[in-house]
Parts: sequence; C-alpha cells; structure tokens
Amino acid sequence: MDLKLKIWRQASRNEKGQFVDYEVHNISPDTSFLEMIDILNDELVEKGGDPVAFDHDCREGICGMCSMFINGHPHGPEAATTTCQLHMRKFKDGETIVIEPWRARPFPVIKDLVVDRSAFDEIIRAGGYISTTTGGVPDANAIPIKKVNADLAMDAAACIGCGACVAACKNASAMLFVSAKVSQFALLPQGKVEAKDRVKDMVAKMDELGFGNCTNTYACEAECPKEISITNIARMNRQFIGAKLG
Amino acid sequence: MSYKPYYSSVTKKIIMSLMGLFLVTFLVVHLTLNSFLLFNNNLFNEGAHFMGTNVFIQIFQWVLFAGFAIHIFYGIVLQIQNWLSRPKGYKRRAFMEESFFSKYMIYTGLLILIFLIIHLGNFFFVKMGWVGNGVPLTSNGEENMAQLVRSLFQNGGFVAFYVIMFLLMGFHLDHAFQSAFQTLGLNHKTYWDFIKGLSRVYAIVVTLGFVIIPLFIYFKIV
Repeated sequence: MDLKLKIWRQASRNEKGQFVDYEVHNISPDTSFLEMIDILNDELVEKGGDPVAFDHDCREGICGMCSMFINGHPHGPEAATTTCQLHMRKFKDGETIVIEPWRARPFPVIKDLVVDRSAFDEIIRAGGYISTTTGGVPDANAIPIKKVNADLAMDAAACIGCGACVAACKNASAMLFVSAKVSQFALLPQGKVEAKDRVKDMVAKMDELGFGNCTNTYACEAECPKEISITNIARMNRQFIGAKLG
Repeated sequence: MSYKPYYSSVTKKIIMSLMGLFLVTFLVVHLTLNSFLLFNNNLFNEGAHFMGTNVFIQIFQWVLFAGFAIHIFYGIVLQIQNWLSRPKGYKRRAFMEESFFSKYMIYTGLLILIFLIIHLGNFFFVKMGWVGNGVPLTSNGEENMAQLVRSLFQNGGFVAFYVIMFLLMGFHLDHAFQSAFQTLGLNHKTYWDFIKGLSRVYAIVVTLGFVIIPLFIYFKIV
C-alpha cells in the first residue's frame, strides 16, 4: 500500500506546531498502524530527519499508551480498537491519513503526537483507591460479591485510561474515564468505605483540571477502545447525588 | 479536601436537567391549552382566562420564568466552559455523537430563546398591555385571545417562523428528554431503550402538536 500522511509536528510544549505531509510506500496491509509509523520514522532517521514522536508501550491493546487521533477518530476508524491493534488493511491504498494528537486543555502536547495525560493520574490520586487492612493475605473469596456486580466492576475496570473519551468528546469531558474509575470501586464492598468522598473528590479534581462538562452526546462510549458504557456515568451521577445529599 | 464555592460540573448539570424536565412538563400543559383552538374558540378563551387569573397559576408563572432563566443561564455557562476546554480543535473530526442533536443544543437553545422573546411579544406582552393595542374583545366584552392568535396566524411569515422554530425546539427536545434522565443517573440497560424511545415520541408528538395549530389556522382548516 502507498499512503499519504498528514502528521501534526510540534517540537515542544510551547512551540507552535503544524501539519507536515509524508508519503510511505510498499506498506503491507497486515502492518499495524504503529509499525507503519515505525517504518516512516526509520526512513526519516536514515535521511537525518527528526522521527515523529508518539506514545506506545505494550502494543497489545491493554496499556493505554497509544493515543493518536486518526482520520477524525481517536484510535482510528475501527470500533473497540486501540491504535496499536489497528491494521493498515482498514485503510485504502493511496488514501490520505490525517494524524493528530489528543486535543484538550488538560492534555497539553509535549511533542508531535505525544500529550501529557498526567491529569488522569491526578484524578486517580484524588480518590481512585481503597482503604485496606495490612497483615496476612486474606482469602480472595472471603467476601461474597454478587456476580452481576463483579461483572459490572470488571467491565468498568477494563478502562485503560488512554483518554480517547476526552479526545472524542466535543467538550473534552473526562466523565467516562472518571465514572469508570468510580464505578469499579463503587460496585464492590471494598470500595464502599470511601464511596462518598471518592465521587466528590474525583469530580472536583476533574473540574479543577479544566476538563469540559458532559452533555450526554455519547461519543465517548462510541469511541472507547474498551467499550466502557455510559451507564457508568449515570452510576457516578447517582453516587454524586447520594454523596451530596447523604 | 477543600471545595471551591461554586457548583461542580455535575451539580450544574443536575440543575440543568431538573429545570429542563420542568420545562418539558410545562410544554405539555401549554400544548393542551393551545389544542383547544382546534375545537372551540370559547374553550380556548376560557382556558386563557383561567391561566391569566388563577392565583396558583399566577404564582407558578414566576416559578416558570425562573426555570427558564436558570436553564438558560447554566446552559450558557456550561457551554462556555466546554469551548474553553479545547482551545485548539481537530483538523479532521468525524461525527461521533450518538445522540445526533446533542451537538447543536447551544444553537437550537439560543434560537429558541430568540423565539421565546418574540413569542412573548406576540401574546403575553400584548395581554399585559406592554406592547400593541391590547387583546381584542368578544361581543360580551371579554378578552378574545383566540382572535389574537388567529389574526397573527393570518400572516404567512409568522406561520413559517413559528413552524421552523417549533421544529428547532423538537430537535432540542429529542436530545433533552433522555439526556436529563442520564444526568440524573436514571440509566439502566433494562429501561434505557424505553426512555430513549419515549424521548423521541415526546419530541415528535409535541412538535407536531405545536406545528399543526398555526398551519390549520392559516389554511382555514379550523
């Protein structure tokens, strides 16, 4: 496959960036999207150029590092797929592909396609933890948990914190991420201890960091590579109302 | 952790949704009264008289104005914050919104606000004697609101304006109704499809209801 690429290049956080056109040739349809960028970068390095900076780690779709906005979609056009799991067969030969970093005030660009997502870490620090007793290892099955709740908590915990929800949302809202992190604890007995403080503190931190307000467009759910459900947002809202009134 | 004195994003949204549901209920009452015009002018006049004189309604009228004001105020505040949260947009962005009209709520909302002001100028302000020559009277010397409505909708321009604005309101309502339930945390997979369906049915029925009245009057069907 031959492809035309329009990639956002930005030397550093404070410098102005711009789109730069590249071409790649003889790309196998079975190449992953990140491997395609690797091939481009090899060529750029050979010519003495600066390779395109992008985030990646496990390349197995579970670490949440890859973060490109490809042809108008976070992680590209394929549903429920991270950029590293996206393959070039999903594109047409000769196609122009526009590649941009996540755009949100709390996610400043560090270089090219790499954004600083430490805002998510700050939200986790605000309440994404549980209190537990130290000592011997307790039996994993000592506390009975309803199957339905265990499943829902596991579904919420599937969030890899990649930020696609923020990138997709027209308001750059982090509600899907925060609600997944609230839900994964809220549904389990271990999470009940700090439940009220957790939801209030995580929402307050989310607001403080400058994420937008959710307007229920549901773009986040449609674009989430882990298919996190918007019912988590409703659960967080219920928890929030309960915490404020209770 | 200390909290800032202003409301959190979720609190603002909950206020928005409660006011929105209040306005959704109000529209049903308004449409019910309007529909009297399709059957009997005297019935409509009696309804208008009741709404204009009943003490409970008179008090509730101010609650309604407050509901509109709060809904509009927070709608604008939330939207400004949302614009600020993405200073630089995308070069290419696909249409990703699952609730189609959710993307245009601020625009449909602001157009409805303009419509609301003109609509109050057409009827409420006339009745209050603030603009125009007052409400025409019936042979019994009572206010003939039906006549006021009918004379306005002899004007094709007004009919077209009202119909277009009602359609925009319908687009606003299509997202609004189910969105309020989501914001209030009332989303569960067992009944969510029902809420979404009810939201669409409500938007279509209310819009059609409001649309047919000026059209029927203009084309002399009633």
